Amino acid sequence: MAIAEKSYKRRVPIGDRIFDWFNYAFMICLMIVTVYPFVNMLAVSLNDASDSVKGGIYFWPRELSFDSYKYVFDQGTIVHATFISVMRTVLGTLISTFCSAMIAYAISRPDFVLRKFVTLAFVLTMYFNGGLIPNFLLVRELGLMNSFWVYIIPGIIGVFNIIVIRSFIEGLPDGLMESARIDGAGEFTTFMRIVLPLTLPVLATTSLFTAVYQWNSWFDVFLYNSSNVELSTLQYELMKMLQNSNASGSSIDPAGGFANGSAAANYVTPTSIRATMTIVASLPIIMVYPFLQRYFVKGLTLGGVKG
Amino acid sequence: MRLFMKRLISQRALVFMTVPFLIWLAIFKYLPLWGWTIAFQNYKPAKGFGDQKWVGLKQFRFMFEDDRFLLVLRNTLAMSLINFVLGFVTAIILALLLNELRNAIFKRFVQTISYLPHFISWVVAATIIQTALSADGGIINIILMNLGLINEPILWLGEGKYFWGIMGASEVWKNIGWNTIIYLAAMTTIDPAQYEAAEMDGASRLQRIWHITLPGLRPVIIVLVIMNLGQILETGFEPQYLLGNGLNVDYSENLEIFILKYGMNLGNYSLSVAAGIFKTVISIILLFSANAIAKRFGQDRLF
Repeated sequence: MAIAEKSYKRRVPIGDRIFDWFNYAFMICLMIVTVYPFVNMLAVSLNDASDSVKGGIYFWPRELSFDSYKYVFDQGTIVHATFISVMRTVLGTLISTFCSAMIAYAISRPDFVLRKFVTLAFVLTMYFNGGLIPNFLLVRELGLMNSFWVYIIPGIIGVFNIIVIRSFIEGLPDGLMESARIDGAGEFTTFMRIVLPLTLPVLATTSLFTAVYQWNSWFDVFLYNSSNVELSTLQYELMKMLQNSNASGSSIDPAGGFANGSAAANYVTPTSIRATMTIVASLPIIMVYPFLQRYFVKGLTLGGVKG
Repeated sequence: MRLFMKRLISQRALVFMTVPFLIWLAIFKYLPLWGWTIAFQNYKPAKGFGDQKWVGLKQFRFMFEDDRFLLVLRNTLAMSLINFVLGFVTAIILALLLNELRNAIFKRFVQTISYLPHFISWVVAATIIQTALSADGGIINIILMNLGLINEPILWLGEGKYFWGIMGASEVWKNIGWNTIIYLAAMTTIDPAQYEAAEMDGASRLQRIWHITLPGLRPVIIVLVIMNLGQILETGFEPQYLLGNGLNVDYSENLEIFILKYGMNLGNYSLSVAAGIFKTVISIILLFSANAIAKRFGQDRLF
């Protein structure tokens, strides 16, 4: 093998080697462009805020300081928003995944009388949407405004997830479910005891997509709960800061809605707060996704084939 | 019918598992369609349904005569087209280059890194983009000034003419890695014997990419192009909304923002719903045409 490789290397023409060098250089540039913004945000968030004003913070903090983090987590609003973000991510994902799996199981049963009707009713909704105002009026009529449940109930079912889970269940060996039924297990028991554990790999995929969606959402907060700070989420708080600084057209917000706060002990600036919030809002995803990417990738290719 | 009822009763467990969600579906997905009637009225929120004044297609006529709407339509199509072309070209090139990496560990590493921005929310991405483009110490201005390409910082988000380009670049930054997945999956199905034969014949790397890999991707590319053409009015909403401001509004406002602005800020529900219907109907037509075209190309149906 080693010999073969060696002789192969000798045969590599000069053009190919230039190509390789160019390729590696390109990939390294790509990685820098992808990662640098996060590194920079981290550096700014960990740097002394009054020192950051001078500029020149790129890859690492110049004067290490945790004041921005202390300040952010001294804010009741932010702590509570983090709690709501976590709650909607956990509850929304669990409920949605369970319900989608149950429907997928029912419509995977070939003898189910309502199978065609249910499938069609769900699939049709992938092609249209009532739109902003009709949905808004509906939520208002249902009394879901200013309520935590508006994050969960309107999006409880993901049709695409149902399709992905169903095709996975259809690929399971029939014998398993058959034997459970012969043993006298009802449909629900079969679903809970046999199907749910067996579909865990695909449920991991769909629930990851749902969790990322829930964690990243801010528009429903903006639309339905913007007057109730008790129901604000991390992303929405960050979005408000972004809008504040947008108005002035630069990243420094002279009005500094946040920085005029009470905590006189810590010196913070809107820039340092924003950087800190950015890190807090993206950290869970940065930490988790590298370990779970094979599930994401699997979900995407599965959806591409069967969707 | 009796047989149907009998089977329904014997399958009541399955029925109980699905019927609650059918009710949910009726309320949250089908009932809002009733709201489309608002587009044919002069809707006043204070009045009941029976008291609304019906105005036929007036809202739609008004919409197409509104210069603002036509401007918004231009922005939507322009950003869509830019994202479409840039998205395809960059993802295909990156996939081809990734495929040429000999070191498998390095390849996996690059891939993992490149997926990252896809999972980050647009709020975070917009914060990052705004920081990078800032005229006051933003990295883009610093680099351009150090290279001597510009003499003073540019207010990137303060001038409309840059906005479409910024959107295109942001979209590429966020999704280039993720978009390669499907191409890389397709590349694994190309027969390695083809590469060996080409090498025997003395084909160079670029020739092999051009004559073997790229043709191997053709079916996937065709399907994806057609599928994306069906979504040409779906420019997305978040980046334009989050990075739009008073200075670039003539270039950043797209159909979704128009709908939001008329509906929520100005309280003109009827016009907002009319614009929404326009968008949905065009999208459905495009989607079904795309499906028909895909069939003609001999591809599997897209949906």
